Amino acid sequence: MSDMTDTSGPVLAADGTPLKRSLAKALRRQKLRALMLIAPLLLFILVSFILPIGDMLYRSVENKIVVNTLPRSVEALSGWDADSGELPDEAVFAAMAADLKEAYEARAHTRVGSRLNYEYPGISSVFRKSGRSAGRFDLESGGPWKDVLIDLDDGWADQGVWRTIQTYSPPVTSGYFLNAVDMRVGPDGAEMRPEAERIYMNLLVRTLWMSLLITFSCIVLAYPVAWLLANLPTRQANLLMILVLLPFWTSLLVRTSAWKILLQQQGVINDILVWVGLVDDNARLIIINNQFGTIVAMTHILLPFMILPMYSVMQTIPPSYLRAAKSLGATEWTAFWRVYFPQTIPGIGAGSILVFILAIGYYITPALVGGTKGTFISNQIAFHISTSLNWGLASALGAILLAVVLVLYWAYDKIVGIDNVKLG
Amino acid sequence: MADAASNDGFVVFDRVQKSYDGETLVVKDLNLSIARGEFLTMLGPSGSGKTTCLMMLAGFETATHGDIRLDGQPINNIPPHKRGIGMVFQNYALFPHMTVAENLAFPLEVRKIGKSEREAKVKRALDMVQMGAFGGRRPAQLSGGQQQRIALARALVFEPELVLMDEPLGALDKQLREHMQFEITRLAHDLGITTVYVTHDQTEALTMSDNVAVFDDGRIQQLAPPDLLYEKPENSFVAQFIGENNTLEGVVTEMKGDTCIVKLDDGEVIDATPINVSNVGDRTLVSIRPERVEYNKDRLQQGVHTLKAEVLEFIYMGDIFRTRLRVAGNDEFIIKTRNAPDVERLTPGQQIEIGWLPADCRALDT
Ligand SMILES: Nc1ncnc2c1ncn2[C@@H]1O[C@H](COP(=O)(O)OP(=O)(O)OP(=O)(O)O)[C@@H](O)[C@H]1O
Ligand SMILES: [Mg+2]
Repeated sequence: MSDMTDTSGPVLAADGTPLKRSLAKALRRQKLRALMLIAPLLLFILVSFILPIGDMLYRSVENKIVVNTLPRSVEALSGWDADSGELPDEAVFAAMAADLKEAYEARAHTRVGSRLNYEYPGISSVFRKSGRSAGRFDLESGGPWKDVLIDLDDGWADQGVWRTIQTYSPPVTSGYFLNAVDMRVGPDGAEMRPEAERIYMNLLVRTLWMSLLITFSCIVLAYPVAWLLANLPTRQANLLMILVLLPFWTSLLVRTSAWKILLQQQGVINDILVWVGLVDDNARLIIINNQFGTIVAMTHILLPFMILPMYSVMQTIPPSYLRAAKSLGATEWTAFWRVYFPQTIPGIGAGSILVFILAIGYYITPALVGGTKGTFISNQIAFHISTSLNWGLASALGAILLAVVLVLYWAYDKIVGIDNVKLG
Repeated sequence: MADAASNDGFVVFDRVQKSYDGETLVVKDLNLSIARGEFLTMLGPSGSGKTTCLMMLAGFETATHGDIRLDGQPINNIPPHKRGIGMVFQNYALFPHMTVAENLAFPLEVRKIGKSEREAKVKRALDMVQMGAFGGRRPAQLSGGQQQRIALARALVFEPELVLMDEPLGALDKQLREHMQFEITRLAHDLGITTVYVTHDQTEALTMSDNVAVFDDGRIQQLAPPDLLYEKPENSFVAQFIGENNTLEGVVTEMKGDTCIVKLDDGEVIDATPINVSNVGDRTLVSIRPERVEYNKDRLQQGVHTLKAEVLEFIYMGDIFRTRLRVAGNDEFIIKTRNAPDVERLTPGQQIEIGWLPADCRALDT
C-alpha cells in the first residue's frame, strides 16, 4: 500500500472527496461536539468573568455624566479659553443655569458634583448649594445669570471650577487612571500631585513588595513540609496532609482573628516573650497592625497554595534519582542541590505564581491585621467601591493591578517558561 | 553453599540477613564471595530478594544481621558516595533535567575532575556505547535502549571497580536485549570490572555470567558457572527454574554407588544419579532435560531401564523437533531432537520406548 502516497495529486478518501477535506470535516464535527460539552462552562466564564472585567475596564475611562447632565454648558464652554484669565461670558452662565435647573429636577446635580469633586475638591458643595435654588430659576426673565450664580455660591467665580468642568466634559477621560498613579490634569497638562496627596503608587509598590516577601516566606516554609509529605510513609503523610488542609476548613476570619490574639501587645506571643525574659514588659513588641502582622498572617493563610503544587511535583520524583546521584559519588547536599532541587523548580514556580497573585489581590487579612502601614492596594479599591463610591477610580486601580499581574506573568514566562509550571 | 563465603573475595556477603518489617526475613543467611573481575549474576523469581541484596551492597539499605565487605572493609563504614560503586538502576534513573553529556559529567564533577579531562572522559564513555552523537540530548528524547546505554556509560565513566546492574535490560525488545547483553559482557571484561548483575531472565544469566547465583526464598539455591547450573542442578528448584525440564516422582528402591534405582509412582522403574537422596525409601523428584531423552533403540545404552511412552503432539520448530509425550502418567513430558536426516519424526498416537543415561537423570529433593 505504500505506493498510494507516491501518486501525484490530492489523496482521495473512499468516497472520492479529497482526504484533507473529509479529515477537516470529521475534525470539525469532533470540535463542535467538544465545544457543546464545555458550552455551559464557557457561558459561565463569560458572564461571571469576562463581562465584569470588561465592565471594569470600561468604567475606568467612562465619563458621560458631565456631558449628559450639563449638555448646554459643555457646548458653551468649548469656546472659552481657560488660560485667558477671565471668567466665561454670560452665555455660559445662562447655559449653566438652564442645566442646573434641569439637573435639579432630575436630582442629578449632586452626582455630577461629586464626580467633579474627585478632580477638584470643593466643587460638590458648589453644585449642591446652587442646585437647591436652581429649581426656582425663571429661565426667561431671571438673570443676568453670572451675578445670580456667583451670588448663590462664589465658587462660580473661581476659574478652576470652570476649567475642571471643561477638562472633564469629554465622554472618555484619563482622569481616573491619572489619579490612580498619583497624577492629575493641571494647567499645563498631566502633572504629579503634591507629595502629600500621593497614595496609590506607594501603595502599589508596597503591595508588590509585601506580596514578594509573603511568596518568599511561603517557599521557605512550604518546601520542607512538601518534602515530608512526599517522603513519609503513607499513614503519616495522610495525617500531615490533613493538617495542611485543615486551614481550608476553618473560616478565613477565624484564622485572621486568631493571629490578632496571638500577636497583639497583650497577646500570647508577647506574654511568652516577657515571661521568658527576652522582652521587657514595658517594651512589648508591636507585631500586629503593621506590615509584619500582615506578612505573618498572610503567609499562614496562603501556605497551602504553595505546599500542594510543590508536593504534587515532589511526589513524581522517584527516590532512585537521589540514590543514583549518591552512587555516582555525590554527597547528600550535592545530590539534593544538583539533582533533587532542580526537579522541584516547576512546583516552586507554580506555587509562587499562585501565592503571589492571590496575595496581590488580598484585602480581608490586611484590613484586619495590617493597621495603616500594612494595607494593600485592594483595601483602597474596596474603599472606593463601597465607601467613597468612586467606582471609576476603583476600576482604574483594578485595571492597573490586572496589568501588573499580566506583565509579571509575561516576565515569568520569558525568564522561567510557563510550561515549566506543574500543578500536578 | 555456605562455604562460598571465603574471606579473600573482593565482595563478601557473610551470613547476611535482612528484614524490612521486623517480621519476615527477605534475605535469610546469604553467603557469597565475588572475586575481582568476576561477572556474577543474581537470578531468581520476582520478590526473591535480589534488589534488596544489591541495595545493601550499594549502601541504600542496611543489613539486619551479618557483614558485607568490600575489598576487606565492612561496607557500613564507608558512606555511599565514597564506595565508588557504579550502579545501573532498573529504571535507569537518568537525571531528566540534565543533558546526556551533563549526566555523564556529573560523577566526574563531584570528584572535582578538571573540565578538559572531564570532557575527554565523557566523550570516551559515549563512544564506548556508540552514543557519541547524542551528548546534547535530554534523556526524554532517547529511546529505551539508548537510555539504557547512557545509564551504562554513566555507571562506568568514573571507572569504578564494582558495577551493580538491576535488571537493566528489562524494558528492551529481544534483539536489542541480545545486542546489549553482548555489549555489557564485552565492556565488563575489557575494563576488568567486577560486575553484579540482577535479572530474572535465565537465558540472560546463562549467556553473560562467569557465575550465577540462583535466588529463591531469600537464599542462594545454587552458585555455579552456567554450564554446571544447567547440567548439574543441585535441587529441584534450580532444575525447574533453569531451562526446560521433565520431572517424575517416585521412591528410591536401591542405591548402587553413583547410581540408584527409582520406582515411579505408577510402578515403573528407572535409573538415576542420586543428588539429594541418600537412603533407600526416600521420596524423590527425578529431573531429565528434554534433549537428553533418547527413543532410538539403537542408541539406548544396554542394560538401562526404559519407559513406555505415547506420543501426544509433535511440533516442528525448524532446527529442532519438540514432542510431547505421556510418560508414567505425566502428560507434559517433553523431548527435543535435532532436525537431522536420520532422525525419525514421531506421529501422535505412536507408542515408543524412551531411556537415558543414568548420569543425565538426577534424583533431587521433592
Ligand atoms: N522497602 C521495602 N519495604 C518492605 N518490604 C520490601 C521493601 N522492598 C522490598 N520488600 C520486600 O522484600 C522482598 C524482596 O524484594 P526485592 O525487591 O529484593 O525482590 P527482587 O528479587 O528484586 O524482585 P524483582 O525481580 O521483582 O525485582 C519482596 O517480598 C518485597 O515485597
Ligand atoms: Mg528487583
